[in-house]
Amino acid sequence: MSAKSSEQKEYLQQAAAEVRMRSLEMVHHAKVGHPGGDLSSTDVLVTLYLSVMRLDPANPGWPDRDRFIMSKGHCSGAFYATLAKAGFIPSSLLDTYMDPLSKLNGHPDRNKVPGVEANTGPLGHGMPIAVGNALAARMKGAAWRTFVLTGDGELQEGSNWEAAMTAANYNLDNLVLIVDRNRIQQGDFTEKTIRMDPLREKWEAFGWAVAEVNGHDIAELQSVLGSAPLQPGKPTCVIANTIKGRGVSFMENKPEWHHGVPTAAQLEQACTELLGVAR
Amino acid sequence: MSAEATVQAGLFDCRDSFAATMEAMAAADPRIAAVVNDSVSSTKLKGFRSKFPERFVNVGIAEQNMVGVGAGLANGGMIPFVCGASCFLTARAMEQVKVDLGYARNNVKLCGMSSGMAYGELGPTHHSIEDLAWTRVIPNLTVIVPVDPVETKAALLWARDYVGPVFLRLSRLPVPVLLPEDYVFTPGRAVPMREGTDITIVANGVLVCRALEAAEKLAQRGISARVLNASSMAPIDREAIIKAAKETRGIVTVEEASIYGGLGGAVAEILALEHPTRMKILGVPGVFAPTGSAEFLLEHFGLTAAGIETAAVELLNGVAAG
Repeated sequence: MSAKSSEQKEYLQQAAAEVRMRSLEMVHHAKVGHPGGDLSSTDVLVTLYLSVMRLDPANPGWPDRDRFIMSKGHCSGAFYATLAKAGFIPSSLLDTYMDPLSKLNGHPDRNKVPGVEANTGPLGHGMPIAVGNALAARMKGAAWRTFVLTGDGELQEGSNWEAAMTAANYNLDNLVLIVDRNRIQQGDFTEKTIRMDPLREKWEAFGWAVAEVNGHDIAELQSVLGSAPLQPGKPTCVIANTIKGRGVSFMENKPEWHHGVPTAAQLEQACTELLGVAR
Repeated sequence: MSAEATVQAGLFDCRDSFAATMEAMAAADPRIAAVVNDSVSSTKLKGFRSKFPERFVNVGIAEQNMVGVGAGLANGGMIPFVCGASCFLTARAMEQVKVDLGYARNNVKLCGMSSGMAYGELGPTHHSIEDLAWTRVIPNLTVIVPVDPVETKAALLWARDYVGPVFLRLSRLPVPVLLPEDYVFTPGRAVPMREGTDITIVANGVLVCRALEAAEKLAQRGISARVLNASSMAPIDREAIIKAAKETRGIVTVEEASIYGGLGGAVAEILALEHPTRMKILGVPGVFAPTGSAEFLLEHFGLTAAGIETAAVELLNGVAAG
């Protein structure tokens, strides 16, 4: 690894740790939120916003920007914290998360928050919108790519598979889906609820090129997301194997932290674990 | 208007005006795209498909996806017209209409075809008599129910230039041309189709021509009926409705939709607060319609010139609203 890439990797890892901590503070402040999914999706968000996507935070509506659709809109804590880290919104705005009349709703609103492309929250909306974005790029002869992040439980919504068929039919190789495969949904583990496996084969059968990665390995994420499409003429599905509650020992792989609000003492512990310092 | 568009002498299928306008708009503006749910022939967009294949998207039988795709196309700078049978386009994708269009304020034009009871024989699954109630409660969504081919074209041209979500509710029942060739659609404006001082009939879509016929019959009885075309359902023309309530002795609303939540409901909401007025609300009275041709069903529910005339006379004679 070159000195430069090693330096960047360190920067991204540090940024991810800060985003994780910030999203936990936000949930603590709001007394509501989805910390488990915030922590599982952070590395994907940070890699996209700080390394992979072509963006201009000073001009969020730049027509040639890459598009990102946060389909799992309930994980707005990590999303907003990433947008702040990337320079789309001031960090101080994060302190108002879910406050009365705050711009930072529990679920993102594109008309209130720069950098947000779609109003999400109800599941199964992001994929069709991303397909439309990718089709628009094709119609305009534009080079920008569209990324969409869904949860794995979210794939139980049928609209995703409608969109999957459309994307493959139109050979949308400018579209990249990332599945946050943390194997836990609100009520229980996905495989105990409505099983999703074999997930890779499902996407392949729908005509997508599929890669499975460690969703917490930033270098691996940079490599696969940066080089998409995996195959010309096919949309790309990246199954990011993640751990719900990643980075905080008492939250990791615990369905009860899908929802959940850390106490002040728990925040202290999380801070020590994530940043290596007391809060 | 092509010769094929003539359903009967002097009557037109608004879908022909729709398709011709879509093609003309697409020829002039590369941002215009059409999205359909396998509904290529029922939208009459075959010509659009052959002329602009790269801007014609058929998502297959997948309405939730279709509306989301429209939102994404808009976010990518296109002006998508998302077209399908109104019964499926609205009901099946209602959350997408609410969230991806209304709430997100995406620049998508929904075109609900064969609305109302146009698919009469196919039964209640294919009737679209709830769509007005559903769509008019979505903030930011403009709801338009054109009366004729001229207004269909004018509404499309307006929708193209307006930045925001629009729902255009189109029938396939033959209607006469009612508006002048140079008519310009204005949102929030009820178009006076006939002046009158005794009673006001508020209608939209395929029923306006029947309301005008009713007004003519009422005139023969010595009753002067005003007719308002409420093609702009949302926003609706509050001022024209309040003015009509003040200047005439009662209001009859007529819609090819459920009487709950649609045009009658919208007028009643305004008048209850602003100027309580005796009303008759004509439409489908809270039932699933039986099977039968559209014309049969309109007659079945009294949505004819004679039915409107009777309701107007009853209202003036003090018969209780119903």
